[in-house]
Amino acid sequence: MPDAFKLPFGDWVEAGVDWIVANAAAPFAAVRSALVFLYELLNTALTVPPWWLIILIVALLALLARGPLFGVGAGIGLLLIVGLDQWVNAMDTLALVLVAAIIAVALAVPIGILAATSRSVSLVTKPVMDFLQTMPAFVYLIPALLLFRIGVAPGIVATIIFSLPPGVRLTELGIRGVDKEVVEAGSAFGASRFRILRQIQLPLAMPSIMAGINQVIMLSLSMVVIAGLVGAGGLGEQVIAALQRLDTALGFEAGLSVVILAILLDRFTGSFGLRTGLYTWGREKLARRRASRPTTTQTVEAA
Amino acid sequence: MAENEVQLRAEALYKVFGRSAESTIRKLEAGVDRDDLGEGTTAAVIDASFEVRKGEIFVVMGLSGSGKSTLIRMLNGLLEPTHGSVEIGGEPLTGVPTGKLRELRRRKVSMVFQHFGLLPHRSVIDNVAYGLEIQGLSRRARLERAREVIQLVGLAGWENNLPSELSGGMRQRVGLARALASDTDVLLMDEAFSALDPLIRREMQEQLLDLQSRLGKTIIFITHDLNEAMFLGERIAVMRNGRIVQIGTPEEILTDPANDYVAQFVQDVDRARVLTAGAVMEPALAVVQESAGPRAALRVMRDEQTSAAFVVSRDRRLLGAITDRKALELVRGGRSSMTAELAEAAHVETGTTIAELVAPAIESPLPLAVTDANGHLVGVVPRVTLLAALGGDEASEAVAAKLIAPLPAATVETALSAAHTAEGGL
Repeated sequence: MPDAFKLPFGDWVEAGVDWIVANAAAPFAAVRSALVFLYELLNTALTVPPWWLIILIVALLALLARGPLFGVGAGIGLLLIVGLDQWVNAMDTLALVLVAAIIAVALAVPIGILAATSRSVSLVTKPVMDFLQTMPAFVYLIPALLLFRIGVAPGIVATIIFSLPPGVRLTELGIRGVDKEVVEAGSAFGASRFRILRQIQLPLAMPSIMAGINQVIMLSLSMVVIAGLVGAGGLGEQVIAALQRLDTALGFEAGLSVVILAILLDRFTGSFGLRTGLYTWGREKLARRRASRPTTTQTVEAA
Repeated sequence: MAENEVQLRAEALYKVFGRSAESTIRKLEAGVDRDDLGEGTTAAVIDASFEVRKGEIFVVMGLSGSGKSTLIRMLNGLLEPTHGSVEIGGEPLTGVPTGKLRELRRRKVSMVFQHFGLLPHRSVIDNVAYGLEIQGLSRRARLERAREVIQLVGLAGWENNLPSELSGGMRQRVGLARALASDTDVLLMDEAFSALDPLIRREMQEQLLDLQSRLGKTIIFITHDLNEAMFLGERIAVMRNGRIVQIGTPEEILTDPANDYVAQFVQDVDRARVLTAGAVMEPALAVVQESAGPRAALRVMRDEQTSAAFVVSRDRRLLGAITDRKALELVRGGRSSMTAELAEAAHVETGTTIAELVAPAIESPLPLAVTDANGHLVGVVPRVTLLAALGGDEASEAVAAKLIAPLPAATVETALSAAHTAEGGL
């Protein structure tokens, strides 16, 4: 191939990143501190209390979310992690996942809403999301490392970028899939666009948005392990150490812990859209009580 | 006159989808067919003008693709007309800012949807209160009002159920209640009953008529079902290919279709339930005033070649009927008054549908008398006319009218014997 044809694409990206590192480092430093602060906060909350207390709390939450079976399962799963001696690493990873996923959802849902309401935004986001999702995940780590230096920050940033697309896609899809006639009914009764979004489109798109959030969290977890390469710590670091030392035992112990975390996170987020568990049971009871209240006032009025 | 007050006026409405809307309208005005507009341009509604009076049920009828759904959506601004104007209660709805348009939708015009358009995550009462919520009523006030309307449409006891727990007919009652709760003057109903099965549909139609007579709403009802249009509509606009081809009462459309399309369309309609005695009746000829006496009655019957005559008062109020035999008896007896000898005449009102004429027509030896609301004789429906009206063919009426009386027996006899002689001679 002639040299003249070679596109210096890599050089361009490198030049851009170098320029940012040299001239616009301040905002990145600020983002870095913010991310580190959030991570430390969550990590402290998860590691300072004794492990049995955390397990108890998670098991209770699991009971509320899906019922007794999931409550017991969650407890046993976390005990297993303790038994594998990966508790602290697992909590580090969980903190990373939560920070990255919360930020990714906070970005993805509004972008998805915009894409659903505006054709031009949709036309732009579609290829961008394709790009973000198909680019090999490791590649993000390089500029992230340059811009945010070694530690948790580049890992979180790369994770956010990697896990964003399904959140945006499923939010847009969900809102576009809302029955047109119901939206039309909102307009026909004089509702503003914001009210239609809040009272009709978002509630009806919720199952799809929740599926998107679930995907964001699952992708975050898989990326966070890769982020062990840039010093993000946690289970990822263990997996990579095991790989480098060909330590089969450590590799599988850390790997099994990742699997347990993944199952827990998936079942938790999967339960958002379902009507299961004590939480929903309590809410329904409350709704029933609230519904019966006007009836009693009515009988009072009648009397 | 309050009764003739115009509630909604649509003037020269056009809706063109696609490029170069303005030039398309000029083309259409010049008489270009809508199929010849070229690729990518659709004229959904072409030059629609009509007025809907206060308290009227105005039906827009057409097959799918005729532009009726587009038309109704221009009446509350869900679609902005490419050209033309809409006025509700004297206030313009076209060319106003979005905020004003929303305000008009909240206060002036509400809508019922084909597939109900209910909020599936809200209970029945919260759905019904939805319009009031947007109007900004307090929760207490809107629930109270919603409960009244739910009662009105017969859904009491279902307030706290979700729409998914209701049958189709009940869901549309919720849709109707939601529209009624806003207490707007105009109600738009877009194929509101088309998704329901026939029995429920009939029930809903009757309920709608009942509600309308009680509440006096102005209703614009879209349907593709001619029988529904005929049953509900005080006036009907028939649409075809984006144009309104005829506006008239159900009877006008049945008896005097504007063109072949309408005629073809209405040929399958259940005429018996649409046509009324007033539309098919003929002038009453054998009529005699009560004060004229039996002698005059007999003379009228002889002239009109009937065996009975209707007897009316001086102001044409129907009193009864008298037969020729009875009149002859009175004349022979030298009596000058027939008041005591009147037989009861079967009579119906002008608004009675011809389906309801069949039974009295069978039982009555005389043609059915048709009276107006004050009991004045305005016409008669002989059995032959009734049959012709049911048949629906103009030609059959003509044939029926010229029914030939049998030849006198003597004439037939003479002709036959003459023929016999001729045959024998051969």
